[in-house]
Formats: sequence, structure tokens, C-alpha cells
Amino acid sequence: MNEHDTLGDRLAQQGISRRAFLKFCAALATMMALPPGAAQAFAETLAKAKRPSVIWLSFQECTGCTESLTRSHTPTLENLIFDMISLDYHHTLQAASGFGAEKSREDAMKEFYGKYLLLVDGSIPLKDDGIYSTIAGRTNLDLLQKAAKGAAAIIAVGSCASFGGLPNAKPNPTGAVAVSDIIKDKPIINISGCPPIPAVITGVLAHYLTFCELPALDELGRPTAFYGETIHDRCYRRPFYEQGKFAKTFDDEGARNGWCLFELGCKGPTTHNACATTKWNGGTSFPIESGHGCLGCSEPHFWDAGSFYTPLSAPSASVSTVAIGAAAAGAAAAVAISALDRAKKRRAQQGHEKLTVKDL
Amino acid sequence: MNLQNIPIKIEDVEQYSIGNLRALLSEIAAHLERLARDGNIASIDLNSLPFAPGEYEQLRLLLGQGEATAHIEALGPSDITETRYPGVWWVTHYNVEGDIIADSIEITTIPEILSSQPEDIRMGLELIKEQLNDEVMP
Amino acid sequence: MNTQQWLEWLRSTGLQISVAVFVLGLAYRMLHLLLLGRKPNLAEARGSAWRGGLRTMWHRSLPLGKQTSRGYLILGAGYIFHLGFFIALLFLSQHIALFRAALGLSWPALPPVWITMAAVLALAAMVALLVQRMIDPVKRLLTDYQDYLTWTLTFLPLLTGLLLKQSGGANYQLMLVLHIASVELLLLAIPFTKLAHMVTTFSARWYNGAIAGYKGTQA
Repeated sequence: MNEHDTLGDRLAQQGISRRAFLKFCAALATMMALPPGAAQAFAETLAKAKRPSVIWLSFQECTGCTESLTRSHTPTLENLIFDMISLDYHHTLQAASGFGAEKSREDAMKEFYGKYLLLVDGSIPLKDDGIYSTIAGRTNLDLLQKAAKGAAAIIAVGSCASFGGLPNAKPNPTGAVAVSDIIKDKPIINISGCPPIPAVITGVLAHYLTFCELPALDELGRPTAFYGETIHDRCYRRPFYEQGKFAKTFDDEGARNGWCLFELGCKGPTTHNACATTKWNGGTSFPIESGHGCLGCSEPHFWDAGSFYTPLSAPSASVSTVAIGAAAAGAAAAVAISALDRAKKRRAQQGHEKLTVKDL
Repeated sequence: MNLQNIPIKIEDVEQYSIGNLRALLSEIAAHLERLARDGNIASIDLNSLPFAPGEYEQLRLLLGQGEATAHIEALGPSDITETRYPGVWWVTHYNVEGDIIADSIEITTIPEILSSQPEDIRMGLELIKEQLNDEVMP
Repeated sequence: MNTQQWLEWLRSTGLQISVAVFVLGLAYRMLHLLLLGRKPNLAEARGSAWRGGLRTMWHRSLPLGKQTSRGYLILGAGYIFHLGFFIALLFLSQHIALFRAALGLSWPALPPVWITMAAVLALAAMVALLVQRMIDPVKRLLTDYQDYLTWTLTFLPLLTGLLLKQSGGANYQLMLVLHIASVELLLLAIPFTKLAHMVTTFSARWYNGAIAGYKGTQA
């Protein structure tokens, strides 16, 4: 297979009709909220794109992001995208391993220097010179810095690579940080989520392949096509929120009637993601539809933002002990100062002096 | 209560409404008017709409089925149906495993996906020429 | 610090600090006041101090125009503000969730539209009272910075709360931060200003009633 084949050539060689490709582009275009009619233009441009080399580096991660992406073995939206790219290195998906695999990664990086796309999942530990995660004896930090040098752009897949994720949660024993905390001189797209919706990953890849530029990003580096709205704004249970109908516990009458899950800790109002519209497992459902509040997994530090089951209006730390302590302290202070004041009063009385409130 | 005994409540389709259908129908009407007047096509993505349980089915009942139905098999099935309102088509694309990958209402004279694509036509032409050159053909 | 970090701080440390100051301050003020005591009344009791105290606490809480020289406008606006404020504070589901998490108690909520109305009425009453305070020459003379400060600190939670109810998208998080911050500022200010009247009013009414009751007169 000629490395200089366009995507259209590859599709034709695989016996995939242009109509099938158009269907796939229609799906991608609606997902990215492109206007109708754009699917056609999308398809034409995408078909002419050359297959870029893609290096996928996995660092301190749980492999959930790769799992999210590769849920089937027959041609689906996601697999088609992966067919389009030349995935030159992915240590979970590739058959090769060991020094041979490392060498072909380095060869790909050299051959496509300045042009390859770098995908990263997992956070990068920095503590103790980054020894807490190494591949072939080299630290993640070292691998990232070397790979980033020749990359055209970097896509941080998942909340770990985007913001630090679970390893970064208190007390962060490995000193885990995000890709954007280390690489400052390359364009970075953050596709956050724990894991991200697979269609979002492929949508961003398709956008990059088609237009050869980054999509519009929000202030956290996430593509606004998918992260521009909060879950709350697209949630089908929103009318119940507005009417004040809340489920109080799991499986109570309100929960069975599909009422709003705000009081069960749903973080939908402060979470930006496409779960309420694009949904999961091919549009089957999403956490709220299945009866559990949103965890806020596409936002930074969501592991440290208080319990998943404490509502947004409630405190995330204990207030009652503080209050009891404060009441006791206040009472003690009052008793102490009143004793002093009474002594003053007694002395004034004995000395036949006038005493006003201001003296106390 | 063990797993076997959790009661299953089957909901009546008519039960819930959060007002989506009226809004949707108005939007369709506006697009249809533009189609009739200027020939402008439009598309409404159903995946991005927050339907309450049952509203999707109510929409199907509301739009109904017209005279034309088409089926495509291209990397998975696709169903294209003209609703009872001519010019309003319901297009659903599935992947090989039956998941919905795109679901939209297209207001057009004919959905683009039904047209034969130039590249496919060229490929078909080559195949026909090969067939004609085949000496075994009667 | 960005909005999200503010939110995390306000929901944990910020709240602990403001609640601590609020509780400590009010407990101190209340107890100090009571412990200071009064000069013993050496006359013989002609009535019941207890009954007088309790009656006055209740009676002076009623909106009886003749009881005060404040005038019906001020009286009415005052009641509307207090009622609206407490309805919004105590009967919105999200607030009840807060009390349940902090105190373990909960009670039924009112429909959100009633809360909106209550908050709007409270805000209107506050504006009316402020305008009256600035127009009336006597009031203007008596008003100092503390009055404006406490008015603002009480106005902001109501305003930000209303805006929070209406906001969506990225604004929700910002509005939530502003609302919680304004509440915590209010809590911090209460023990140090005239807002401490929320506890001292009732003891003041008690004292007046007890003194009169002891003397055998009606307060």
C-alpha cells in the first residue's frame, strides 16, 4: 500500500463506495454541527487527504480511552477513521513489541518529522525525575518531549492527558501533570472526558485530517463543537429541574419518574461535554438517562471537587464541626469577657464611678 | 428485592411531552415553506435534540409514512422514508452492528444519499467495460 | 484562580470560614449581652416578667401600623423584604439540599416560580427602602456607610440567586461562584453590623416586655 495514497484511493481499494463514505461523512458532519450540505464538501476534501502518520503515546493511564475508541472489530465510524490514518505506533493495539517496535516508532518520527500527529493518553508523572512511569527505560517526560518536537499538533486524549486526571487527584503522589503543562510550543487539542466519547475523538481527527488545522477551541483547549455546551443545557430532564421536581434518593418515586438528579449530586450544570446529545454506546444512553448524575469527568480536577453525590448547592467539606466549634469558642469568649466586664462593673460600683456601655 | 423481582414499568408513549414536538413541527414547516418557494434544502439533526422518553416515538407517529421508502446497504443499512408530508424525509443511517450513527429529517426533493456518486459511477463504468471486453460473455 | 477553582474553595474552606465567623460572632454577641445582666429591680413584682417578655416578643413582631411611627410604607416594605428573603432562603429545593447536607434536616420545598416571585418582591422592597432612606432628610442624616454596606451585602445574594436561576451554559458556573461568594460575605458581615438584629431583636423585645411585665403594665 503506497504511503502516498489519498484516503479516497484507500477506500476505493478496500471496495468502499463513495456513497458509503458519504454516509459516514454525513454522520461526522452532523456530530460536529456543520451545516447541511457540508457533508458533501467534507467528503470531497477528506477523500483527497493524504494519510498522515500518527504516533500514539500512552503514559500514566488506565487504557480506558483506547478502550472507548476501539469497541468493535467490524467497520464502524471509529474504525474507518483509524483505517484512514497510518497508525505507526500504539503499544496496546500494535502487534509488534520490544525494541523493534520502538525502532519503527523512531523511524516514523524521523521520516515524517514536522508532519506527524501526536496523540497522547495518560498523565505524565514528574516527581522524582518522572520514574513512576517509564517505557523501555525512558521516562514519559522524556518520551513526550522528544516526540513533541517533530509533531505538527498534539491531541491529548482523555482527562488525564488534558488536565492530569485521576493520578493528579489529591495528594498526587507521582506529581502527575497534563500534556499542556509540559509542552508549550505546539498546538494542543484537549479531548477531555473519563473516557471521552469515541465519536468526539474521531470527529476531531476527521476535522484535522480534512481542514489541516485545529478546530475552534475553548479556554481549556477543548473543541467547542463538542464541549461548547453544558450537559445541563441539553439535558432532557431540564424541564423537571425548572419545575423543581427532584429525585431525593436512588430508586425513589421521583427517580423512577425520571426527575432531575440535581439533589443526587449531578454536576451537569458545570460540565461541558456532548453526552446529552451524542450520548454513549452508539447513542444508547448517557449517565443521567440511566439514572445517575453526571460526574463532571470532562472538567479539570473533577476528582477533587467534592463528593459525586453532594449537590452543587451543598458544601463539599464538613461545616457542622466547624459550626459547633465556633459556637463553643464564641460562648467561651463571651463568658470570659463578661467576667471581665462584671469585674469592671463591681469596681465602678464600689468606687461610686459612673460606667457606660462604652467602657465595657 | 432481588434482581428478578424488580418491577418493569412499561410507559405509555403518550405520557411525556416537553413541548419538543410542536417546536420541531414549526421548524419543519418553516423549512418546507422555503423549499417550496426557493428550492432551499435543509436538515435537522435528531441526535442533538433532547427528547423526553416517548417523544421520539410520538414524532414518528406524527410524521407518519408517505409514498416513498428506500433502503441502502453501504457499510451498514440506511433507511430513507418520505413522511406523510412530501418533501419531508426521515433519514437514518446505521452501522454494521445496528447502532444509529446519524438520524435526521431532511427537507428536500430527494436526499443526497440516494443519488449515485460521480466516483462510483466512474468505477461502475470501468466494471461494465471490463464485462463487455470479457470474451466469455454471450 | 479560575471559576472552577473558586467554586471548589467556596464550597469547602470559604464556607467553613464564613460559617465559623458567623456562629462565633453571633454566639459571642448574644451571650455577652445576656451575661452583662441588668441592674436588679428592687421593687416588688406586680406582674409576671415571663409573660410580659413572651407577649412582647410576639406582639411586636406583628405588622400593626399604630405600633410604630415608621409609617405603613416602611412597615410594609420591611415585612415584604423579610418574608420574601426567608421564603427564598428556606423553601428553594437547592437550598434545602444545602441544609440537609450541613444540618441533616430537610423539609418540603415550594415550586420554583414562587421562589422567583418571593425574591423579586424582596428586591423591590429593598429598593423602595433604600430610596426612602435617601430621600427622607432625617434618615439621610442618620445614615452612615454601614447602612449602605449591609444593604448591598443583603441585596447581592438575592440578585445573584435570581440571575443564577435564569442562567445557562458557561454562565451557570460563574453565577454560582458569585452567588455563594455573596452569601459568604454576608455571613462574615452579620456579627459585626446591625444585621446581628436577627438574634438581638428578640432578646430586646423580651427585655422590654419583661421589664414592663414585672411592673405589671402591658408592653
